[in-house]
Amino acid sequence: MIPHFAPGVRLHHDKARARWVVMAPERMFIPDETALEVLHLVDGARDLDAIIDALVAKFAAPRDAIAADVHAMVEDLTNRGALQA
Amino acid sequence: MGRCFRASGGAWLPIVEITAAARDAGLYTNLITAGVLLDAPLLARLKAAGLDHVQLSIQDAEAEGAERIGGMKGAHARKQVAARLVREAGLPLTLNAVVHRQNLHNLPAMIDLAIAWGAARLEVAHVQYYGWALENRAALMPTRTQLDEATRVVEAARARHKGRLVIDYVVPDYYAARPKPCMGGWGNRFLAVSPAGNVLPCHAAESITGMVFPNIRSTSLRAAWEDSEAFNRFRGTAWMPSPCQGCENAERDWGGCRCQAFALIGDAAATDPACALSPHHAVLASAIAEAGDAAFIYREFSAAQS
Ligand code: SF4
Repeated sequence: MIPHFAPGVRLHHDKARARWVVMAPERMFIPDETALEVLHLVDGARDLDAIIDALVAKFAAPRDAIAADVHAMVEDLTNRGALQA
Repeated sequence: MGRCFRASGGAWLPIVEITAAARDAGLYTNLITAGVLLDAPLLARLKAAGLDHVQLSIQDAEAEGAERIGGMKGAHARKQVAARLVREAGLPLTLNAVVHRQNLHNLPAMIDLAIAWGAARLEVAHVQYYGWALENRAALMPTRTQLDEATRVVEAARARHKGRLVIDYVVPDYYAARPKPCMGGWGNRFLAVSPAGNVLPCHAAESITGMVFPNIRSTSLRAAWEDSEAFNRFRGTAWMPSPCQGCENAERDWGGCRCQAFALIGDAAATDPACALSPHHAVLASAIAEAGDAAFIYREFSAAQS
């Protein structure tokens, strides 16, 4: 499964507040640090495994734990219409 | 201030240029339209300018019902074409359905329509009782039973179309004990610029007659936001009357909607009568009791079109 941002949804750097936001029609999500790491890897090319691999290479956490976080987060954002697979 | 730019207004506005400038400024751009004047070349130019999203209003799921309520013949067919053009341009689509007593039974059909027209989002909004709708309130106010049924329909559809259709649905505050935090507070998060250039704390703010709003031709957005009398008039909590003054909800609902207070009791500085603590709350209770079979009074514009 290759997640990508749903049409009309984008990750945006809000310079005034020095934070990243996910902008979507009539709503805005403020990702926490973990979610942001994942969202930066959502490029419409990497599949979930590749995203998890990239995070495993970057962070000192067990693959299982990272995989569980990524799956939960992607599912949540998909249900809210921000991501699509 | 908000980070979202919503274009709506006259067809003569330079919306392609406005969209490009808003995108440059890092804003989310949303075109709100009745769909009647959209065509493929305009959509292509808007998309090239960076338009993020299109919101199309529908009045009903069935052409006949839609035209009785909208008072404009053929509009529904043109909206269907507009929806197709938006999707063909590769732009995401939201349908906005304004619901009330006369069309709430068609909610399941509106949801099907959103799916059929390729919308990723459906906004189900209860009509706000200002202006035209206020005169027709008795004919438009849904009954409690209708509302409960609508909530059930929305929840079932959300589950059925999970991941495919987002449904935003807000229960009208006529049936709630506390008012909506209108605009997240006056002059707190949102501003609008009208086609005439007036800078407004809410797109309906001009319904409050007697208020003077700053105009973008003679002032900057910053000055309008920070220094204008209009924006400061109901900002924060200091302006609040009792029972809002000192109420634990004051910074949660900001005393409700100024336009609704003005429309229903003639005083924009009063507690929103949607609040059960308002001394004027009975105005709403009696409106609910009145919900009946009254006929429509059409707006001038619609009447002139038919
Ligand atoms: S009294 Fe005012 S602040 Fe308190 S709940 Fe009602 S509207 Fe909100």
